Amino acid sequence: MTSDQERRAKEALRKEASFGEDIDLEEYEEGSRELSTLESLEDLPQDTQRTMLDAGIEPSDKGKAGNFLLMDNTVVHSAIMGSGVELMPLSRALKVHDWLKDYIWKAVQPDTDKYTAESYLQKADGYFIRALPGAKVSMPVQTCLLLKNRNSKQYVHNVLVAEEGSEFEVVTGCATSREVEKGLHLGISEFYLKKGSKLSFTMIHNWSEFIGVRPRSAIVMEEGATYINNYVALKPVKNIQTYPTAHMNGRNGVCRFNSVAVAHPGSTMDMGSRAVLNAEGCKAELISRTITTGGTVIARGHLVGNSKNIKAHLECKGLILSDQGVQIAIPELEAHVPDVEMTHEAAVGKIAQDQVEYIMSRGMTEEEAVGMIVRGFLDVGIRGIPEHLRAEIDKALKETDVRGM
Amino acid sequence: MLEIENLTVEAGGREILHDLSLNVMSGYTTVLFGPNGSGKSTLLMTIMGFSGFKVKSGRIILNGEDITDLPVNERAKRGIGMMMQRPPNLIGVRLKDLVQVTGKGKVDPVALAEDLNMSAFLDRDVNVGFSGGEIKRSEILQLEAQGPCLLLLDEPESGVDLVSIEKLGVKVHELLQGPSHCAGWRQRSGKAALIITHTGQILDYVEADRGYVMCNGTVACSGNPRELLGEIRKMGYNECIRCKMNRSNLIREIA
Ligand SMILES: Nc1ncnc2c1ncn2[C@@H]1O[C@H](COP(=O)(O)OP(=O)(O)O)[C@@H](O)[C@H]1O
Ligand SMILES: [Mg+2]
Repeated sequence: MTSDQERRAKEALRKEASFGEDIDLEEYEEGSRELSTLESLEDLPQDTQRTMLDAGIEPSDKGKAGNFLLMDNTVVHSAIMGSGVELMPLSRALKVHDWLKDYIWKAVQPDTDKYTAESYLQKADGYFIRALPGAKVSMPVQTCLLLKNRNSKQYVHNVLVAEEGSEFEVVTGCATSREVEKGLHLGISEFYLKKGSKLSFTMIHNWSEFIGVRPRSAIVMEEGATYINNYVALKPVKNIQTYPTAHMNGRNGVCRFNSVAVAHPGSTMDMGSRAVLNAEGCKAELISRTITTGGTVIARGHLVGNSKNIKAHLECKGLILSDQGVQIAIPELEAHVPDVEMTHEAAVGKIAQDQVEYIMSRGMTEEEAVGMIVRGFLDVGIRGIPEHLRAEIDKALKETDVRGM
Repeated sequence: MLEIENLTVEAGGREILHDLSLNVMSGYTTVLFGPNGSGKSTLLMTIMGFSGFKVKSGRIILNGEDITDLPVNERAKRGIGMMMQRPPNLIGVRLKDLVQVTGKGKVDPVALAEDLNMSAFLDRDVNVGFSGGEIKRSEILQLEAQGPCLLLLDEPESGVDLVSIEKLGVKVHELLQGPSHCAGWRQRSGKAALIITHTGQILDYVEADRGYVMCNGTVACSGNPRELLGEIRKMGYNECIRCKMNRSNLIREIA
């Protein structure tokens, strides 16, 4: 079976992805697998800590159920502080849990495209997180994926398993060291949510204008599972293409994707989210708020209704703050049975002048007024974000240059 | 304090105000009457400086300075504050934050809101889903934080129930009597206001000194506000229009 997967992966090594600019994988060197490990995140240099903080990761053990850091292709730190949850490198988890081989590469297929194929063939490592049956993990698990050296490609393969009735929260911060002028991040994430489990997953991207990013994520949900995905990308990036998909296979599942992103000049962001509602009573909500200050945003959303009595809503709203900016909203609704309630709402455009002037009439400058409206616009997209991340995100929002060009 | 000289204003490609002149004297409260669509809101929006209202000719003078071409925030800085009839929704902007920045950090939004029964609204998005009366209270709350010297109030009492009208009237009174924040303005005289009212209920709470009646985009009549209100109540606006026409005919005959 594995050999069949391997054969298919090999055949897919040149297979272009359905979306996003094609990246020549040969231009990059494999990121190091031999960096030295760390006792504690607090031992990291100040500027690295700063970079992580900007990606929502606190370089500290306090208040966390677990900490994990992948630098280039080396797991340099993996520590568990809380109970009810397992955290370890995927490579190790595969040795510890024999059953895990029945999970990996099931939600995401190795031959999806060249990025998944290469990650598969390179046996990418990453994190394995598992919430034990019935465990209510009170503190978040933080994981950080850091591109440390220039011209590297980072492969990551993460697997998250929420056992029956468990509840937990994961924050993943992705970041680049300042000196990295060129880099590539390929990230496979597979989520398995069992009956009645609940996972809140927040991903914060803090790449740079030189980094190409190709996450490949899929979520498989059983009956009564709840999945909340928050995605925040406020910093420049070269190009990113992502399209996580939730397969809602059990009855009464709930999933929500909230995405906020800013496309700076030179950035191309092709980001979607998809929910496939395969069972009765499932509910899905996909919300995106995107801004361009000169870059290109493609906001995709796709809802597939395959069972009766499902309810799903899709909302893409985009603000254009620059003459150079491009916003493309592509909402898709697909129903295969009649008894569904599926809606969408898409809008792109500039800030309404009457709103700007209303705030100006209270004494604010035009710039301040625009800033308030833009922050408010994005805020709607991250109202579901965990409280402990709010301060960092609010700060990042305030620092985000929204003047447009 | 405020002089409107021969103002002609266009909005949405139509001329709405025609050669309109009026004065608001420092320390005085002036009320504006006029039928629906006569251009009252347009006049206030133009004084505040909203860009949808284009001044074709004429001038707006504030304390001797021509502000006709100043942006909205510069007018606010000079002491003009407005209660809009239909302010826009600010999705994602919480009322608390707007009040906070409006008060430049010098006011306590929580205390102000409590006084206006608006505590529950501080965490809501500005105007989103607010009822008519709630919008008025929210506007008053913002004006309290702003502390303007010339208040432009567009129908402060419309959509407000009788109990709340009293509260609102008292607040408007306070706003007018409160200490002036604007340097160089006459402390003694307090503040000035230009208030649009249909019902005249607000006159029970603020002492109005002068009234104007607007018809078809210009001033038809002016005088004692209570007398004007009385006549409008008795005879309606048509009488004002007829009266004005008679007067201009008379003037023409004399000339
Ligand atoms: N932006 C606009 N575009 C077109 N017509 C407008 C616009 N604003 C106001 N008007 C018109 O101008 C007239 C005066 O409106 P308004 O000033 O709101 O009247 P009032 O406040 O006295 O009821 C109305 O006929 C109204 O429809
Ligand atoms: Mg009006």
